[in-house]
Amino acid sequence: MTPERQTFLNQLGELLVDGSPHAMALGLSVDSVGEGVAQMRADYREELIGDPETGVLHGGVVTALLDHVCGLAAFTGFGGEHTPATLDLRIDYMRPAEPGKDIVAEAECLRSHGLVAFVRATAHDGDPGDPVAIAQAAFMITQASKAAQERARRDIENGGAS
Amino acid sequence: MSDCPLLQTLLGAPYVARFGIRLDLNGDELTGVLPFRDDLVGNPLIPALHGGAVGAFLEVVAAGSLIVGQPLKRLPKPIDVAIDYLRPARAHDVYARAQVARSGRRVANVRVEAWQGRRSAPVATLHGHFLIAPASREAA
Repeated sequence: MTPERQTFLNQLGELLVDGSPHAMALGLSVDSVGEGVAQMRADYREELIGDPETGVLHGGVVTALLDHVCGLAAFTGFGGEHTPATLDLRIDYMRPAEPGKDIVAEAECLRSHGLVAFVRATAHDGDPGDPVAIAQAAFMITQASKAAQERARRDIENGGAS
Repeated sequence: MSDCPLLQTLLGAPYVARFGIRLDLNGDELTGVLPFRDDLVGNPLIPALHGGAVGAFLEVVAAGSLIVGQPLKRLPKPIDVAIDYLRPARAHDVYARAQVARSGRRVANVRVEAWQGRRSAPVATLHGHFLIAPASREAA
């Protein structure tokens, strides 16, 4: 990969997280983005606890993190042209995340062709060999996302990324 | 709203309260409401609600319906969920109802459907298994 390409992917990765109000509300951030791969994290925050008795983060945080990181891997897997929409997302919750620890999610686009991409992801709280959850997802380039991408491209060309 | 303490625990969890999720109980039928907020938007370009926000809402409605269905000692824990996204969830409120296919002594099987403007045009469905701990009859 050329350094220019990596810079492009880094910028897109940050744009797709910082530009997403829900990702910002959950405090999600990008660790790294490559061709068809992405790593993101969710910081442990008390306001995102799902079970007050145990202090474990709500499953919804893991769901959103996995959806987002899979979407990012699908996005670069498609070549970084169009933001894909989630077709389906299947999550196995292997064990509760440890209270106080950040959750890291790594996603890999297994195949993308035409309009569909298949992605696999793992979420862990420190040890990738002891996952909190694993996910498998399918993404699709939709008319709505194509139209939205076109509007964004024009906005950026006009000088101001929103 | 029900006076069921576990339902209050579910709704009182910081995450659930943070995003304003409501559970309306009419008789024995539970309807979840996710009132629209700007910070639920995943892709502002469309704009569409975040798939994770919709998925999390469906999980909460699934857990709520299990609590309403039978007395439980603890909050249900998700084992696995499969979420299908049928349409982009637009910048409006989302509603959801669950059907408990089976609620056993350890595991429950639930299906949830979410819609916005039209009930007949669902935006997402969830099918999941939850680990449950039913309260013993004597204690209830």
